[in-house]
Amino acid sequence: MGKTAVEKIFSNKSGIDAYAGDYVISTLDYIMINDITGPIAIDAFNSIGKKPVKDKIVIIPDHFVPPKDINSAIQYKKVKDFALNNGIDNFFDLGQGGVCHQVMMEKGFAAPGRLIAGADSHTNTYGALSSISVGIGSTEAGVIFATGKMWFKVPETIKININGKLNKGVEGKDVALHVLSKTGHDGATYKCMEFSGSSIDDLEINERMTIANMTTEAGAKCSFFNTDDRTINYLKNRVRGDYNIVSSDDDAVYESTINIDAEEIEPSVAIPNSPANVSPLSAVNVEIDQAYIGSCTNGRIEDIRKAAEILKNHTVNRKVRLMVVPASQEVYNQALSEGLIDIIVQAGGYFSGTTCGACLGGYMGVLGPNEVCISSTNRNFIGRMGDKTSKVYLANPKVVAASAILGRIGSPEEI
Amino acid sequence: MLSEIKGKVWVLGDDVDTDAIIPAKYLVTSDPEELSKHFMEYNDPELAKKIGKGDIIVAGKNFGSGSSREHAVITIKGLGVSCIIAENFARIFFRNAINLGMPLIEAKIGVKNGDRITINFNESKIYYMDKFQEFKKYPDFLKNIINEGGLINYVRDNQW
Ligand code: SF4
Repeated sequence: MGKTAVEKIFSNKSGIDAYAGDYVISTLDYIMINDITGPIAIDAFNSIGKKPVKDKIVIIPDHFVPPKDINSAIQYKKVKDFALNNGIDNFFDLGQGGVCHQVMMEKGFAAPGRLIAGADSHTNTYGALSSISVGIGSTEAGVIFATGKMWFKVPETIKININGKLNKGVEGKDVALHVLSKTGHDGATYKCMEFSGSSIDDLEINERMTIANMTTEAGAKCSFFNTDDRTINYLKNRVRGDYNIVSSDDDAVYESTINIDAEEIEPSVAIPNSPANVSPLSAVNVEIDQAYIGSCTNGRIEDIRKAAEILKNHTVNRKVRLMVVPASQEVYNQALSEGLIDIIVQAGGYFSGTTCGACLGGYMGVLGPNEVCISSTNRNFIGRMGDKTSKVYLANPKVVAASAILGRIGSPEEI
Repeated sequence: MLSEIKGKVWVLGDDVDTDAIIPAKYLVTSDPEELSKHFMEYNDPELAKKIGKGDIIVAGKNFGSGSSREHAVITIKGLGVSCIIAENFARIFFRNAINLGMPLIEAKIGVKNGDRITINFNESKIYYMDKFQEFKKYPDFLKNIINEGGLINYVRDNQW
């Protein structure tokens, strides 16, 4: 019987001929923690009393870094001390790292055929680079520190075929939202979402990362994209060590298949309070107080380029604060050298150092009562970015930039 | 060794989420006894008092959906519940439960509050009324994690 890519990777990493539904103990390539999930993982690890599997551990403080208050400073210090005291080389401090998932990809941890766990729900993102990467709890992360292994149930796979030429103005984000409108917020619970088809082949890696990132919002355990020239190109000069290209067999068994015609995908907006509550952009007319470009979903250099292109020679609407927060230090440096920061600042936008910050309503851009934000992030749950009466609309970074100029949610075509 | 559980059942519906199991306002503690007092209190304020040590929860689909809080499992452990049977479990709840040593079974059985059932883990069968229902066996290592009272104890004592 043929296997899906995820069945193959769990088989390789467990040494068992595994299929969906089987329980396996697998060796991880990497285990990632951040400043929020890390402290509990470290406590769990310490209570086991074993030596850490140093080379597999990656520590990336991002949620409240630089620390916003004393409690976050304590959490940050805890993961930092752990890294330094245990000689963990893969520790990315402020100024070298960024949002954990972006760092995992750009620093070459994510690569084809790898199995990676992260104590953060959007670990799904590395499926864009043909890894199987899953979000887990903190206690489990602490156990992996000690053993390098974890038990898993091999997931079934939903195949998503998208074919045809994407419409003008449609980005990875719109594809992700369209898929969510089909699956709903729990339609892929437990499952791997595997993407294929000519539209996917045409997408650059950064767009695939956005799609992979948002599979979390459908409840998926992981995502998977096939390795192609674009993948190999991205990995060049980044990837650490060897990797092993894997793909699903022709006779693999899928849980279900969703076929999408590229023509049906429009520029879209997720309406509060669910990322799966999707509307065509053209049907949304809402005044905004904040426009936010950043996060592991859409805070990459390509996203900032797109925003700068729209903002060039324009001014941010005086009712709106525009915040642009690069997803990593590398993205920041690139934006600086390309002169993008200059363009955004000239337009009246605020450009900051990298952090998760406002994406989770943490700090730096928290919404007040009844404020409305258009955001390039991945979640618009009640109170996600601030007060419980505030509202978050999700869209692609071009739409966010255009809306910042218009003062309401609108299309780049209007600029 | 986990071989047999006998007990009285409490029947819950589909999609019981972690907010229903333990409302977020109680997450200021991780004490099992304290948490367990508030189990499902929005649905039935008396339920936590009625559930006794060794009782079994029988639920429908997608039990434990919602947030990844480990508190949901700690709450149910605090009640003294010996096993949860559901048609299926939300992914992270399932992991947390096993990792904290709580036996889970995926099965559908027709029972009502107060019925007594017997779960035989060696035979992978649930006996209820005059019927029985088979369930998928756990692999040995998962059974061992549950027997040891959770993942931390397990890896402390064993080599993976
Ligand atoms: S950027 Fe937002 S979604 Fe991504 S890891 Fe940070 S808080 Fe989570």
